[in-house]
Amino acid sequence: MSSPVIELDDVKKIYPLPSGDVTALRGISLRIDEGEFVAIMGPSGSGKSTLLNQIGCLDRPTSGDLFLAGKNTREMDDRELTSLRLTSIGYIFQKFNLIPLLSAYENVEYPYIMKHRKNDDTGRVRDLLAMVGIDENLSAHKPNELSGGQQQRIAIARALVNDPAILLCDEPTGNLDSQTSLQIMEILGDLHHRGRTIVMVTHNPETAEYADRTITIRDGMVA
Amino acid sequence: MIGNDIIFALSVRSVRLHFLRSVLAALGIVIGVVAIASIGMMGANMTLSVTEELSDMANKLTVTPYTGGGGGMMGGPGGGGGSSDDDDAITEKEFKTIQRIVAKYGTAYTIMSESDQIEVGSEEGRATIYGLDAEIMREILTVETGEYPKSTTSVVVGPTLAERLDLKIGSKIDIGDPDEGSTTTVRVVGILEERGMSMDLSTDMAIIGTQKLFVGIYGGEGEYDQVNIVVNDLNDIDAVTEAIEDELNRKEDTVTIQDSSRMTESITSTVSTMTTFVMAIAGISLLVAAVSIFNVMMMSVNERIREIGILRSIGTQRTEILRMFIYEAGILGIVGAVIGAVASIVIGYIVVLGMVGTTEYFFAPGSIGYVPIAMAIGAAICIVTGVYPAWRASNLDPIEALRAE
Ligand SMILES: Nc1ncnc2c1ncn2[C@@H]1O[C@H](COP(=O)(O)OP(=O)(O)O)[C@@H](O)[C@H]1O
Ligand SMILES: [Mg+2]
Repeated sequence: MSSPVIELDDVKKIYPLPSGDVTALRGISLRIDEGEFVAIMGPSGSGKSTLLNQIGCLDRPTSGDLFLAGKNTREMDDRELTSLRLTSIGYIFQKFNLIPLLSAYENVEYPYIMKHRKNDDTGRVRDLLAMVGIDENLSAHKPNELSGGQQQRIAIARALVNDPAILLCDEPTGNLDSQTSLQIMEILGDLHHRGRTIVMVTHNPETAEYADRTITIRDGMVA
Repeated sequence: MIGNDIIFALSVRSVRLHFLRSVLAALGIVIGVVAIASIGMMGANMTLSVTEELSDMANKLTVTPYTGGGGGMMGGPGGGGGSSDDDDAITEKEFKTIQRIVAKYGTAYTIMSESDQIEVGSEEGRATIYGLDAEIMREILTVETGEYPKSTTSVVVGPTLAERLDLKIGSKIDIGDPDEGSTTTVRVVGILEERGMSMDLSTDMAIIGTQKLFVGIYGGEGEYDQVNIVVNDLNDIDAVTEAIEDELNRKEDTVTIQDSSRMTESITSTVSTMTTFVMAIAGISLLVAAVSIFNVMMMSVNERIREIGILRSIGTQRTEILRMFIYEAGILGIVGAVIGAVASIVIGYIVVLGMVGTTEYFFAPGSIGYVPIAMAIGAAICIVTGVYPAWRASNLDPIEALRAE
């Protein structure tokens, strides 16, 4: 039996707004084991991104506990959570979120440099770019010179550069056409087969088929 | 490939991306640095050259009648204020005392002076008339053309006055106001060499005759407006001053003794007060520069909120975001300060040449030292100004920042 990499215990998230509190998560408990590929589905506004942001340590639950690799994230300060994001979590966004000032290559190398305090001399960045299908010529380009599909491939390479325990994807194909979406899903499926733990938010049932488990969220709760 | 300090690389790229805006912000710093450095250098050069000029007179003392209060430091005999027949005069007896004291250290001589109306042909004017001992005149004044006056009707004139009134050897001058009584006509027999402003005697705009001539016009025999002392050994200045104070000012102050060091001090402090004041005004230009740097930094932060969110989300620490923006402000500050330093050497040189007249002391440490000082102030202001925007950037919530656009 594999160990839980992610465990949520009655996680609630309330956004305090001037117009009144918005409860995005109403008490979510779940566990995801190592090597699993889990799809999170649900209607728009149901709290999928909020849930993923809690798991990705971009945000803190209002109440409840989140354990990553057995450690309670409640006890970690901002510095520790940030370094967890750097080393243990790979994040892929719907809007790609590459750094506009850096080339494709540099975008992938950035987390490597932040972690190792030196440039990549192992060839890892180059290999990852090759794996997602970005050749050397393309890797010199800035993000705004590349297509959406190319940007998302680079984002995947970036998410993997520090060999994270968890890969989180928030609608990774949401901004792509179906042909390109398929190619991106092939890459993610491949990563899953090689043992990567993946949690992916999607509202596309076809995309969700790549996962081996689907969790449906409705109105901030597991349906 | 980018260097190991990827945070610094990002700062450089951000500055380069907004090149024009960055240049304009740095320009403010350039102007501030130039203003502070050149004003500082101007003041320093003024002080240094005045000090040097006055050191030529370090062995001279002037004794003037005590007038209560401080006694005008620049007064000198050219002041034109006191007439020879008032109570404020040095008597013959007092002069003898001074002479006796000075005897073993150097020499002392008397000066009579009066400011009066003069007329040359049909042209009217005013000048200082000095009465000097005929012997002394030969010792302390240099005649450029002509000769020294011997009779009670001949005089020498300063070069500035000669030029202004077109005086030549043989020209006649009427001294005195015809409405108030008789005038005295004298003949120019010599024109003096230029002597410049001086504490002991300012002859460039004056008419100089013998004391006999002077007494003939104004009376006041044995009453002097000033006694000048020339000491052979600089180190005796204090001894002479003390001895005269002891004899003449024991019961009550009757004379004021001034040496050039007091004058130097006074001028130096005046110049430095002035310089500090003007420099403070120049500092306002740095304040303006600070506002523009602040503005540019806030713009940079606001434009890059989403980028900051991305950087934070993939594991960039708050301190590194802070560093990134401090670097950005620092680059603007240091580039501005370096350009400002180069510009202030050029502009400062021109200003000093124009305002002080000599660049002899330009590269003296006390002068050129204002360049690094102004640079440090400029760069520091930039970095300090960048702290708040950088702090704001580093405290953005990653989720909120990612939602921006
Ligand atoms: N930062 C936020 N501040 C306030 N409300 C938010 C914020 N993020 C999400 N919400 C609200 O929480 C709810 C869930 O949002 P989200 O998790 O983005 O939904 P989904 O990703 O499933 O579409 C929505 O009602 C949304 O308006
Ligand atoms: Mg969402």
